[in-house]
Amino acid sequence: MRDIHMEVVYQRPTTLTETPMHYCPGCGHGVVHKILMEVVEELGIQSETIGVAPVGCSVFAYDYMNIDMQEAAHGRASAVATGIKRVLPGKYVFSYQGDGDLAAIGTGETIHTVNRGENILMVFINNGIYGMTGGQMAPTTLEGMKTSTTPFGRDVRTMGFPLKITELVAQLPGAYYVTRQAVYNAQVVRKLKKALTQSFLYQRRNKGTCFVEVVSNCPSGWKMTPVEANKWLMEHMIPYYPLGDLKVPKE
Amino acid sequence: MKTNGMDDVRLMKGNEALAEAAFRAGMQAYFGYPITPQSEILEYLTLHAHEYPGVVVLQAESEVAAINMVYGAAGAGARVMISSSSPGISLMQEGLSYMASAQLPALIVNVQRGGPGLGTIQPSQADYFQAVKGGGHGDYHLLVLAPSTVQEMVDFVIEGFKLAEKYRNPVMILTDGALGQMMERVVLPPKGVLPPAPAPWATTGKPPTRERNIITSLFIQPEKMEEVNLVLQAKYAQMRESDVRYECIQTEDAEIMLVAFGLMARICQKVLELAREKGIKVGMVRPITLYPFPTTILQQLAETARVFLTVEMNAGQMVEDVRLSVNGKRPVHFYGRLGGIIPTVEEILEKLESLC
Ligand SMILES: Cc1ncc(C[n+]2csc(CCOP(=O)(O)OP(=O)(O)O)c2C)c(N)n1
Repeated sequence: MRDIHMEVVYQRPTTLTETPMHYCPGCGHGVVHKILMEVVEELGIQSETIGVAPVGCSVFAYDYMNIDMQEAAHGRASAVATGIKRVLPGKYVFSYQGDGDLAAIGTGETIHTVNRGENILMVFINNGIYGMTGGQMAPTTLEGMKTSTTPFGRDVRTMGFPLKITELVAQLPGAYYVTRQAVYNAQVVRKLKKALTQSFLYQRRNKGTCFVEVVSNCPSGWKMTPVEANKWLMEHMIPYYPLGDLKVPKE
Repeated sequence: MKTNGMDDVRLMKGNEALAEAAFRAGMQAYFGYPITPQSEILEYLTLHAHEYPGVVVLQAESEVAAINMVYGAAGAGARVMISSSSPGISLMQEGLSYMASAQLPALIVNVQRGGPGLGTIQPSQADYFQAVKGGGHGDYHLLVLAPSTVQEMVDFVIEGFKLAEKYRNPVMILTDGALGQMMERVVLPPKGVLPPAPAPWATTGKPPTRERNIITSLFIQPEKMEEVNLVLQAKYAQMRESDVRYECIQTEDAEIMLVAFGLMARICQKVLELAREKGIKVGMVRPITLYPFPTTILQQLAETARVFLTVEMNAGQMVEDVRLSVNGKRPVHFYGRLGGIIPTVEEILEKLESLC
């Protein structure tokens, strides 16, 4: 056989384990996990990073991320991250939370964590639905959107409005960097990676909370194919949750 | 108590003595939320934290947040304490269940007040069931210590941290508003009485030399979940084997056996003295660990005592454990006052005399 020399141009980061992910086909969680762990590897901070994954689809994140991690109760990830960061102030700490976790049951913790300016990174996966429990309404579910608990579409008169929690936390003086990113194509994923890298670098400055929303999808919960889901996301989610920075540090 | 002149003797409120003891026991982090009758703990700690560089003292936005901060800090290997009073402790139950399952050591202080509901700020022992039976969801136990003096509020902080770290399990000091608020003479331990406990399982950042550490209470496969449960049960069996604590007072010849814990045990001791003066042969067992419960000694005393009288500041909670221990061998009576009322020596004595 001819000897072919092949150059490795891309490989799994050592910060990801070899465990196959349980996420549904097309789900954004897997991509965000990978990007986050690429950033940790590229910054060379694997031994100094502690992650917190609360209840939600990503509760098994510790099976995939090859770093020290804590699983948290539903809604309490940022409180758990606060506890870790306060006793290990020199380490990098991040939470990785769904919209139900961060913007419904854990809203109090979210606001107060950012208001204290905890020096952590909060990664907020907004898929507009409760994935893990089988597709119920989330605080971020769009008006008119059907879920298993809004079978006729979300009626804002009785169910409240889709919550823009990122705009809310951006108001808080404790927030250092607040941005909204996405994962539906390679271009936005590259931007997301930049935002995550930036957040870890900012954490070194000890200036406050970095908050990165990721507008994501849930093909299973939305009852769409992955392609349909991303199309729907661009047409409906992005107009209501526009991408871009909401707060950037003044150097 | 004798002291040798070198000791650090002070007159202190129970809550403040406990807080000072926590500093001296090498507590690294405290998270709390104000509630009467224990706010002095948080106040004292915030006032003096600057004397202990690196020690974290944080007022959280709620007891729910506070207990989860404790989870995070304990999971990161720190020696952590939290305190509250009854309604706040109710809010922490999910977190405590998570901590028991994830096997995290921490010291939880409940300075009880009368309930249910918002209740009253007066002292009570009505959280006994919640403290000793688990409190939150799932099969688990806290190790529960019940001080009856301000000195024990101090001593049990050190014991509590030790036991929490020994078992990797949350330990609760179950006290009440009277002990928290009363001033007594205490001998304080020296700083650094308790060496730091190694926590190789903690999430401190994964070096290349070890596998990643994971703190979790999620075991989705029932077989695995059962395995974890069996590990917990083995710990509780070990606690029952080696860490049951109690005090026996004049039990040898006693015909009537008082059983009381915490503040009630102090009052019952007076009852015992007065009854003995009247020629009534009374003894007392004071459970110090409410979990593990001193079952064996009560079983043994059921051989010699004719009747038991359990006295509590609740509607009759520990009495169930006394009855389980005595197992029908002797009658077990109960006397208690509810809702924040402390039974008087006279009324207990009257009840006791009715059993003669
Ligand atoms: C106290 C408590 N309440 C409810 C649940 C059930 N539960 C698990 S995950 C979840 C919602 C998850 O949705 P989200 O946070 O948006 O994450 P996703 O699964 O969509 O990624 C709920 C309600 C729970 N585990 N604990």
